[in-house]
Order: sequence, then structure tokens, then C-alpha cells
Amino acid sequence: MIGQQLVNGLVLGCIYAMLALGFSMVFGILRLINFAHGEVFMIGAMVSITVLNLLLAKTGQPVSLLVAGGLLLVTTVAAGLSCGVLGIALERVAYRPLRRAPVLAPLISAIAASIFLQNVAMLVWGRQYIAFPSILPSGGIQIGEAAISWPGVLIVVVSPMLMVALNQFMKRTTIGKSMRATAEDLEVAAYMGIDTDRVIVAAFFVGSVLAGVAGTLVSLYIGATNYFIGFFAIMKAFAAAVLGGVGNLTGAVLGGLLLGLIESFAIGFLPDLTWGFMGTQYKDIFAFIVLVVFLIFRPSGLLGEQASERA
Amino acid sequence: MSEHSSAAGAPFGATRSPHGTRLAVPPNWRRAAATLAILGAPFLVGSLLGNYWVRVMDMAALYVILALGLNVVVGMAGLLDLGYVAFYAVGAYTMALLSSPQLGVHYSFWLLLPVAGVLAAIAGVALGYPVLRLRSDYLAMVTLAFGEIVRIFLNNLDTPINITNGPMGISGISPPYLLGYSLKRNYELFGVELTYTAIFWYLIVALGLATAFLLGRLRDSRIGWAWGAIREDELAARTSGIDIRRLKLYAFGTGAFFAGFAGCIFASFQGFVSPESFTLFESIAVLCMVVLGGIGSLPGVAVGAAVLTVLPESLRGLNDLQQALLGRQYVNGTDLRMVIYSVLLLLVIIFRPQGLLGSEQRRRELTAGRIDSRVGRAGR
Repeated sequence: MIGQQLVNGLVLGCIYAMLALGFSMVFGILRLINFAHGEVFMIGAMVSITVLNLLLAKTGQPVSLLVAGGLLLVTTVAAGLSCGVLGIALERVAYRPLRRAPVLAPLISAIAASIFLQNVAMLVWGRQYIAFPSILPSGGIQIGEAAISWPGVLIVVVSPMLMVALNQFMKRTTIGKSMRATAEDLEVAAYMGIDTDRVIVAAFFVGSVLAGVAGTLVSLYIGATNYFIGFFAIMKAFAAAVLGGVGNLTGAVLGGLLLGLIESFAIGFLPDLTWGFMGTQYKDIFAFIVLVVFLIFRPSGLLGEQASERA
Repeated sequence: MSEHSSAAGAPFGATRSPHGTRLAVPPNWRRAAATLAILGAPFLVGSLLGNYWVRVMDMAALYVILALGLNVVVGMAGLLDLGYVAFYAVGAYTMALLSSPQLGVHYSFWLLLPVAGVLAAIAGVALGYPVLRLRSDYLAMVTLAFGEIVRIFLNNLDTPINITNGPMGISGISPPYLLGYSLKRNYELFGVELTYTAIFWYLIVALGLATAFLLGRLRDSRIGWAWGAIREDELAARTSGIDIRRLKLYAFGTGAFFAGFAGCIFASFQGFVSPESFTLFESIAVLCMVVLGGIGSLPGVAVGAAVLTVLPESLRGLNDLQQALLGRQYVNGTDLRMVIYSVLLLLVIIFRPQGLLGSEQRRRELTAGRIDSRVGRAGR
């Protein structure tokens, strides 16, 4: 029981970590809540299903694991790239015109953009859950008493790789270094000759690519997706980011993993704790509880140094 | 109460209103014309467009109350509440539970109207108390999550003890009674048919005018001024001795009160409530009404609510248009409601942040350089 919850929580946590990373990158630079981030994730999931279905229509059900892996890779890249482009478009339309406006105006515009994407997705892909084509073999690995499906294994393997890659990107590349400088202080970075507009676009792009990949992996793992998943995604990403310390990328990963574990364990033990009164249908309230508790008692999160702006 | 500021039809103070002074018509005449228009509207609309549109008018009036309430929080105090619909739900479910076969009790609508408001206000204060000191955008996210949590509870409190009847909702909610007569019935008075939609129109408009009047007075009271001060510059307001946290709680509570109030009317009018009426989209729709009309402007908010309720209804006509022009129906017109809302919201907040009827001062408030840690640190 405990082992299974641990494994489930880890898989969930990897997804939350990827979401929180993209969210935190933008927050770190602009100090703005990128509300449409959840919708980027949702579009990633939707695009991956569409692309994979198109590919499968050409190739037929793959015979070998190698072909299946190749198809998944192409799908993931396609979803990631389209999400990256979407992220850039969002920055242009919803954020850039309001860069100098008070903090609530860009939040409202981001919410508007996100409601727009949600409803367009509903018109395009319908209200119902749509299934992710079954492409990986069923079954998985058994570790002791805990089972983990192949998509779960994929998530646990791929997301740390992406995080390491992101870490190297931030440390070694020029644009990564500029991103860190801009997050440190936008004004001073601009004085030093950094093209901060370009940095902001890059942050949106990289964050959205991560969200797109996360969307693909999640719908592969769960086996289906629908237009409404973005809302929960952004709430989880926000909670994870706050838990780890908003704007702090290491914190985002830590917060994501912790939130996944908290949720998984809470769902596992909630029926016993409440004498069967509350079951898994309440799984989404834990992120909220974590969020409120942290905002009240430790608004800077686990790793954040700078205290939240208090009124 | 003075002559000028109290009568129905001109609840915003006829002499002070910037629009009022421009008209050369005596205030009494304008008041009479407005009263006549309100009284005649359901008959005119009912006979020209059919009873369905009177129902739309009722909903528009109800949304005016909701939007006026949200305007207290967003417009007057400058706090973004994205879970507003949760308080609407509290009011609606108060009425639904205490006046339907669900729990077998049938309290009077008139009793439950203030009770629903007070319960919603308590919920608002309970949510606001721990989180109101947060950054404004954090607060918005917390309220958003709260709205969704209330919906999760409404959806799931049917097991193991059936309280809310889950996704099925609660039906058979009692109508309001006046002197023993049900207000949700069609009557025939002196040969004229008085439909229940028309009766509700009068009821909701009367309550809406009362709301607008109260909120107008509140805006011009010391509390209203303090809200304005907090909205414009929190630090300066605090320095002037304003108890920020308490006033923000007032704003939250007042807004929630009117949401609960509207929820109670909604439940009684529909006779049925289910969690489906209280989704995130409703919160955004009400926010959209406030922003479109003009954040902080009472007439603006009322106009925004009316326009945005009627507009999606006219989208139904789009289905026939598609059939005629394209030969088949591609999108369902009503599915476009939120698409249009979101595009409008985006356009307004970028190009005309003060809304349709907002003031120049509001525009400056909404576009001026951001006062946050980032810009502050750079010394701008």
C-alpha cells in the first residue's frame, strides 16, 4: 500500500514538477502568474493525441517497441513545439501589451486567454474525454508490491532527464544565463545589454515546451484527456511552485515532487482517516490546502529567500 | 432621505451623476419614464419576442445584482475575487436546502433571503480572513481554487449522507409567496395575463434597485472612501490610519452577501439548483460583466451585466444562419458564449481597461506603472 502510493506520487510529482518549472520560469522573470500555462499543458495533451492518431493512420499499429518509441518521440516533439509556439503567441497577445500595467490587469488578460483556449479546445475536440491511442504494451514493472505501468516508467525516466537538461541550459548557454540575470533583476539586466524581451519570449517558449511534453506524457499515462484538465494543472503548478518557493527552479521541482507525494498519500489514506466519508473524489482539494497553509505560514516556500509581498 | 438620491429609477443620485446634469429633462420626469419602462418592459418584450425573452430579462437583472456585488470587491476595494460564484452557490443551496423536499423543511423565501446573504458573507469572511494579506494575484488564485472546492463538495456531498443530492441537484424548491399567493404562477388580472416571469422581473428589479441604492450609499460612505484609498495606494492608505485588513474583509463580506442574496433568488426562480450552475465559467462571466461595463462604475456594471446576458442568447440565431449560409451547423451558437466573453475581456483589459462607462481616473489607475517589488527595487 505504502509502496504503491510512493510510486504513484512520484509519477504524479514528476508531472507537477515539469508544470511548476514552466510556471516558475515566467514568474521568476515577470513576477506574473502565467495563468494560461495550464491551458498550454492541455493543448499539448490534445495535440499529442491528434498527431499520434494521424501517424498511426499512416503506419498502422506498430509491431515493434522501437517503432512505437519512435512514434511517441515524434508525437512528443510535435506537441512540445506547438506548445512552445503557443506560449510565444500568448506572451505577445496577453502579456506584452500589459507589461507596465498593475499586477491584476495581466492576470485578467491571462485568464481571458485561458478561457478562450479552453473553449476553443472544447469546440475542436469536443466535451468528452478523448482516448490516447494504446501504443505501449500493457503491464509494467513490479517493484516489491508496487506496480508501475510502462507510461509511468517513461515519466519517471524522461522528466528527470529534461530537468537536468534544463539545468544545463540555464547554467551553460548564453540565453540561459541571461534568463537567470533577468530573473535576478530585470532593470539591471537590461542596463547590462541583455535583450530582456527576447529573454522573456525564451522563458515562455521553454516553459511551454515543458508543459507540452508533460501534457503528452500525462495523457499517455492516464490514457485519456479532455478540455478541462488545464484548470487543475495550473492550480497544481501554482501550489507546487508556492510550496517550493515561487520563482525558484529547484524549489519548483521539489515542490512538484512533494505535492505529488502528498496528494497520492492523502488519497490513499483519506477513506480510512474519515471513516469512509471522503474518498478519491476529493483528491483535488489537497493542493488547495497545501497552497493556503504555505501562503499563510511560509509564503516564501521551502527554498525561497525573498518573502512574499505583504500588505 | 433626500429627494434627489433615493427614488427608484435614479438610484445613483440624480443631481450628482455626470450624465444626469447633461439632460435638460426634470429629474421627476426621468424617474417617471424609468418607472414606466421597468413596469412595461415585460409586457412589451413578452408580446413582441415571446415569454422566453422575459426570462432572459429576469436572468439579466439577476446578473446585475451579482455583478454589483462583485464590483464591491473588484471595483471598489481593488481585490480580484475569482471564486465569486462559490458565494452565489452558498446562497442558492441555502434556499434549496431549507425550502424544498430535500430536507423536508420549507422556510419562507423572505426569511431565507437575508439568511442566504449572511451565510455567504460568513463564508466570504472565513475565506478572506487568512488570505487577505497576500499579494493581490495570490489572493485571486486562492479564491479561484476555493470556488472549485465548493463545487467539488456540492458534487460529492450526496454520499454517505445525502445532503446536496450531488450532481443531480435539488429540485422542487419553493417559490416566494406574497400574502399567500405564489409568485411563480401565471395570473390573470383585469383581463391581462401576468406571467410568473413578469412577476419575477418586478421582484428582481426591485431587489436590484435596492442593491444599487445601498451600494451607491456605501461607495460614498467612509468605508467606500477607505476602499478607494486602499485600491489606489495601499501603503498610503495604511499610513493614513486605515485598518486595511478589516476593510478588505468588509469588502469581501459585502460582495459575498450580495452573491448569496442573488443565489437565493436564483434558486427560488429556477426551482432547481445543481453544481453545474456554479462553475468557474460563471465566476469569469460575472468578472467579465464588471470589467466590460467599467470596473467600479455602478451604472457601467449594470449595463455590462445586461449586455453580456442578452448577447449569448442572441447567438442561438447563429445556428439558423449557419444552416442557411453553409448548409450545415458547424458550431452550436450557445457554445460560443465563453469564447466571446473571453475575447471581449481580453480586448477590454488591453485597449479600454476602464470599460465602457468607466472614468478617466480609472483608466490611469489601471494602466499606470506597476507598483510591485520589481519596479520598486529598480527605483522607479
